[in-house]
Amino acid sequence: MDTMNKQAQPDLLVVDKLVKYFPVRSGLLQRVTAWVQAVDKVSFAVKRGETLGMVGESGCGKTTVGRTLLRLIEPTAGDVYFEGKNVLKMGQRELKPLRRDMQIIFQDPYASLNPRMPIGESVMEGLQIHNIGRPKERWEIAINMLKKVGLEEYHARRYPHEFSGGQRQRIGIARALALNPKFIVCDEPVSALDVSIQSQVLNILKDLQSEFGLTYLFIAHNLSVVEHISDRVAVMYLGKMVELTDRESLYREPLHPYTQALLSAIPIPHPNVKRDRTILKGDVPSPLNPPKGCRFHTRCPIAIDKCSQEEPEFKEIKPGHWVACWKAE
Amino acid sequence: MAVAQLDSETLSTIKEESWFVIIGRRFIRHKLAVVGMVFVLVFIFAAIFANVLAPYDPYKQNLAPSYSNPSPEHILGTDELGRDVFSRLLYASRISLFVTVLVNFTGETIGVIVGATSGYFGKWVDSLIQRIVEFLLTLPTLPLLLFFSAMLRGITIPGLPDEWSKAIIISLVLIAFGWLTATRLVRGMVLSLREQDFVQAARALGASDWKIITKHMIPNSLAPVIVNLTLGLGGVIVLEAALSFLGFGITPPVPTWGNMLQNVQERMWQQPWLAFYPGLCIFLTSLSFNYIGDGLRDALDPRLKL
Repeated sequence: MDTMNKQAQPDLLVVDKLVKYFPVRSGLLQRVTAWVQAVDKVSFAVKRGETLGMVGESGCGKTTVGRTLLRLIEPTAGDVYFEGKNVLKMGQRELKPLRRDMQIIFQDPYASLNPRMPIGESVMEGLQIHNIGRPKERWEIAINMLKKVGLEEYHARRYPHEFSGGQRQRIGIARALALNPKFIVCDEPVSALDVSIQSQVLNILKDLQSEFGLTYLFIAHNLSVVEHISDRVAVMYLGKMVELTDRESLYREPLHPYTQALLSAIPIPHPNVKRDRTILKGDVPSPLNPPKGCRFHTRCPIAIDKCSQEEPEFKEIKPGHWVACWKAE
Repeated sequence: MAVAQLDSETLSTIKEESWFVIIGRRFIRHKLAVVGMVFVLVFIFAAIFANVLAPYDPYKQNLAPSYSNPSPEHILGTDELGRDVFSRLLYASRISLFVTVLVNFTGETIGVIVGATSGYFGKWVDSLIQRIVEFLLTLPTLPLLLFFSAMLRGITIPGLPDEWSKAIIISLVLIAFGWLTATRLVRGMVLSLREQDFVQAARALGASDWKIITKHMIPNSLAPVIVNLTLGLGGVIVLEAALSFLGFGITPPVPTWGNMLQNVQERMWQQPWLAFYPGLCIFLTSLSFNYIGDGLRDALDPRLKL
């Protein structure tokens, strides 16, 4: 599928004003004294067959968004529609069949596999839970999946500690794929791997996407990785989505000052190239007490008075290009 | 490439082994555990066939040779009432082993279940269970055990000989306080496991709470429980001895290693072997269980190369 074709696809997943506040408890009675505003009114859609990259620095709420979509974290408010059905309103019984369609790949390959379970069994687990096939068929499906990610049949009886980080990440991919899902949240799947292994895992993800027609939400903090794999890219800052557009527009003409600063931070491996760098001052404010108005105004190089008073809306400024900034209008 | 193919073919044709065979093979690499296993099997064998192996009736009194030294007729001598010590030791192993095994296995099982529930579900379930455990842990054990044993002393279980019904009642009292440590150990493990990605992955696959607890939580939190169990196996024999000494456990003439040990304390200086034999039995049993536990814990951990 080329990019034009993907743009025409219908939405597989629609996220509408997703909110997640984590309570902070303190004192003897464990009363809620404050809220961490991890994700605040985030809206976006993922088209069938595309890869939506999601970037932002640590603690900006990327992972929380990904896990909330799968109900691994219960959201505070908002709606998530998967193929038209509201995921967040489902009971446990309705949720179970949905688990076959939505899967997740984790960041840390050392923590994402049960150390006391042979990896073949880990890959088989989903099939067992959903009662797919007889035990023998399950085993065969599991081995098939392992082969798809470049492992062999004899690996299936080994334990996670016998594998390298890259191999384990591929086992995690095989486990997610075994249920034949439509949508996979890739939660920083290559951040913990070294560079040579990163490209290997990314290529496996790409190959599997074209083979099975998968849709990815690809969470990362590495902009070049996101550029390599994504069709569209969303940028998050302090629990808010600040910009969302297709890959080319984002990397060629970013409209939000935060995106511009992020892109200018990508090193260029050439000693003579000099360029304008937007260097942000200060630190990310605490999500416990985010700034009023635009959350970025405390560090924004082009902020105006209005920015500290009113919050800019996340609007479609050009076709397919969404930005939340007063100056971008 | 040819080499790699050959490699994968030979490896994949290796016969599948059942889990028990693998664990068994890993277990026998631990030499001391095997020795411990042999000792425990000998004790169990002696307990089962005590009536065949014992040269004398353990209850038959014969006042003439009381406190006699070891001799060809009485290989370990006789006690204050002229009863054969060797025969009494054999019969004593029945009740001592039965009580300690029953108390520990039941106690640890309850502990694992309650602890996993407490840690996994958290919130008010956890608070409630932990407050109960903390409350029970603050109570002084021995007076409480005495109180309960005294209360239950009159009760017998119909259809069982008196000493067995007493043994079961003592066991129940000990179980009532035997699950606390295991509960706290497992709860702690489960609390840290709950946030791990592989548990999140299982949830994302749609696994039920029951499945997550039994397949992911419990197998990963067993190591400290096994250690606790093996320490307890020796501990309960001694605790039963203490209760028996105070007259609330299994009382003479029924022999247990504990009450035999307590019985001879006035003659400790004249005939020290009378205390030595039951002491040795308790010592060997608890040491053997300890090594078995060690071996089992290592055999069950796939990360260890054995």
